[in-house]
Amino acid sequence: MSHTSTLHDVPHHHANPTGWRRWLFSTNHKDIGTLYLLFALAMLFMGGASAMLIRAELFQPGIQLLDPDLYNNLVTNHALLMIFGSVMPAAAGLANWMIPLMIGAPDMALPRMNNLSFWILPAAGTMLILSFVVPFFPGGGSQINTGWTLYPPLSIQVGMSMDFLIFAIHLLGISSVLASINIIVTLLNMRAPGMTLMKMPIFCWTWLVTAFLLILVVPVLAGGVTMLLFDRHFGTSFFDAAGGGDPVLFQHLFWFFGHPEVYVLLLPSIGVLSHVIPTFARKPLFGYKSMVGAMIAVGTIGMVVWAHHQYTIGMSLGAVSYFMIGTIIISIPVGLMIFNFIATMWRGAMSFETPMLFAVAIILMFTFGGLSGVMLAVVPADMQYHDSMFVVAHFHYVLMPGAVFGLFAGVFYWLPKWTGHMYDERLGKIFFWINVTGFNLTFFPQHFLGLAGMPRRIIDYNVMFTEFNVISSIGAMIFGFSHLLLLYIVIKTIRGGEPAPSRVWEGARGLEWEVASPPPFHTWETPPPIRQEQSA
Amino acid sequence: MCRRFTTVSGLIPLITGLVAGLSVTHSTQAEYGINFPPPAADVAQEIYDIHMLTMQIATFLLLVVFSIVIYSLYFHRKSRGYPADQQFHNTWFGNWSWVIVPALVLGVDLTIASNADAVLKKVWDVPKGEKLMDVKVTGHQWWWEFDYLDYGIKVESRYTPQEQAGDLYLREVDNRLVLPTNTKIRFLHTSADVLHAFWVPELAFKKDAIPGYVTETWSELNREGVFRGQCAELCGTWHSRMPLVVESISEEKFQAWVADQQAIKVAAAAEAAATKTWSREELMAKGKTLYETKCAACHQLTGQGLPPAFPPLNGSAIVNGPIEAHFNLVINGKPGTAMQAWGSLNDLEIAAIITYERNAWDNRTGDTVQPTDVALAR
Repeated sequence: MSHTSTLHDVPHHHANPTGWRRWLFSTNHKDIGTLYLLFALAMLFMGGASAMLIRAELFQPGIQLLDPDLYNNLVTNHALLMIFGSVMPAAAGLANWMIPLMIGAPDMALPRMNNLSFWILPAAGTMLILSFVVPFFPGGGSQINTGWTLYPPLSIQVGMSMDFLIFAIHLLGISSVLASINIIVTLLNMRAPGMTLMKMPIFCWTWLVTAFLLILVVPVLAGGVTMLLFDRHFGTSFFDAAGGGDPVLFQHLFWFFGHPEVYVLLLPSIGVLSHVIPTFARKPLFGYKSMVGAMIAVGTIGMVVWAHHQYTIGMSLGAVSYFMIGTIIISIPVGLMIFNFIATMWRGAMSFETPMLFAVAIILMFTFGGLSGVMLAVVPADMQYHDSMFVVAHFHYVLMPGAVFGLFAGVFYWLPKWTGHMYDERLGKIFFWINVTGFNLTFFPQHFLGLAGMPRRIIDYNVMFTEFNVISSIGAMIFGFSHLLLLYIVIKTIRGGEPAPSRVWEGARGLEWEVASPPPFHTWETPPPIRQEQSA
Repeated sequence: MCRRFTTVSGLIPLITGLVAGLSVTHSTQAEYGINFPPPAADVAQEIYDIHMLTMQIATFLLLVVFSIVIYSLYFHRKSRGYPADQQFHNTWFGNWSWVIVPALVLGVDLTIASNADAVLKKVWDVPKGEKLMDVKVTGHQWWWEFDYLDYGIKVESRYTPQEQAGDLYLREVDNRLVLPTNTKIRFLHTSADVLHAFWVPELAFKKDAIPGYVTETWSELNREGVFRGQCAELCGTWHSRMPLVVESISEEKFQAWVADQQAIKVAAAAEAAATKTWSREELMAKGKTLYETKCAACHQLTGQGLPPAFPPLNGSAIVNGPIEAHFNLVINGKPGTAMQAWGSLNDLEIAAIITYERNAWDNRTGDTVQPTDVALAR
């Protein structure tokens, strides 16, 4: 480590780099983690803006603000920005920041690849945004009106913006796979001596499972969209029935990726909860081993139930029975996770700082979303629910608490550690209440809309659906604008505030609380000693 | 610590609101539109019942979870001085909950799954060895085609514009799917272009229309009435404008309706086959009507289209160019685009549409296309 810096050499262990070089050439897990989180925050606002436009259009029956193709373009864009642009990078940001601190490693195992996996993202994000805006330029072709599922044959009709989207997905996929490889290698090789796998903090476990899922499923999506690209430009007919192809094949490929993707979004947040709840309940996590077992089970079963997204394609009785039972069985490990969280709270000495408020909201609302998931798994009933607003309500109740609120909880939980300043607790609580109220106001009425017969992804609806859409749109505005408060809190905390001690929370355990807040540029250059039950 | 107390108690109205909202759906209140409409078929009733069963189980479990969490939130707080039980996870309960909890959840799962599987067996497969009436349902961008295979009748169904439909806008069509009660009907679903999905909630099933596939569903209507649904799979620009309206009538009325439709069909065929030379005015008048129902959704009443997806016809090179290319495009469509093949129209209809397109708006080709020209071009 004593070689001198040259132009192509990344500064390491010498002077802390400054200016744009610090960020562009960074191999430091903390800086890359920060970059991931900032990227995710920017995308959160873009995805949120598109969602608010959708809800503004649906505020009243009739077509007021958008045209149908722009509406569907926004629907597509909202999903992709939120999933690939916001939640996955934010979870990767938490992983980058926290995994080396938690396992007592000096950095990620593959720092240069870490740099690459982040810096692919701005390029991918640009491609994604181009796929949205290209149709507005002369000769730009038609807009992407397929939804994020990109089902052919509709996606074959779309103009060149679909090609931008396909390349954006490829780049995002490469970034995810590289980050996953890095995380797996780090977790398996870089743990401090004495930290066995079964002593590893749960957040690290969730990311280990997530990273394996990503490596298994992202290439399948990449294959699927590549075949789509070939169908569009090179005269193949993978998905074109007229050429002997099969439109349903794409759906299988997509959901083989798409269903495990749900757990990719969910598990890191489950990991955050596994730290937040013990901290604020001031007692150890209940059922560490069963948590590990449950998340491995979720990942495994989650890989083989994808076709419950396609009950209506005309599968055989045997096939739908299998997918139904497999899907319902997932409630066992997920139920065990929720039970463990509740049992951690039970007979604890709880206090309700912002991360804990989010954690409690997650337990309650995610249970709700999980139970509507069991309803959707029931094939005969899904004949009604499928592709209705009920589904929209369901997956937002799963992903908003399960993924996004978990990330919010993680950000509030670790923000004092990252910045060295306490955030404004009062503002944090105000943000929580506005956010959660807005969320429920937005999505709860959509259950009724779906049951009453409103399909999803329609720009215009009959007057019978007006009331609940009005409530939902008002909620969406409250929900959407509340994130400006989040932005303000984050900026305020970065700029200053009450200095945070190294152990920010009274009940916090784990190695990350043994380094200063903010941590020095390099931490754990010598591995820390691991004591009994250090982390779990 | 008073502030913490208010924070927690603030959760309670929210939670009770959520639970109350869900339990309201237990009673069928069609006027508020918060649950499935009353089923109109036995199959739909089965599905309705399994929906209510799973929802009741889900609501019960939700109440259990909420009660435990709220109890814990209230009592197990630092501000009340509750000491954390550091050994709770080491009690017998802590050691065996990983078996107990999955066993309980498995019990619930099996209850739901066994009931669901019983319903599935009844509704999923079309009854074998019974007399069925076949209706082929074809999704098009953006209208439905119903072929009554047993009667040789074809019905095209398109949304009714807002001026005519009023409050039923997006729930009303020009030609309804007329079906008899007390008859086992097999629906054969397919698509001419992209994915669509047939969904009428009173019939309670949804099935995708997939190009290259024919999928089946079945139903037996048990009451008369008008049941409204919509296309449920995103199918492009005007996905919102694909209502489905089923008109359920008695078997006698249905037979009368069939006779009417067959008479209309025979008359149209006779008209198209007549060896008469049609005047420009006759063709333009017929063509305008046909264009406005079949073509205007994409190419617009003004012929301006909605570029880039739907090209304008006004001033178009094909419409104003050699007539062979125009014939070819209308009869065979353009693969890979939303332009479908219209070859199923009769010669007179195609002749009228082409004549209209070549002379409407600013197009001034002066062509008058006769049905015999179309027959030659096929």
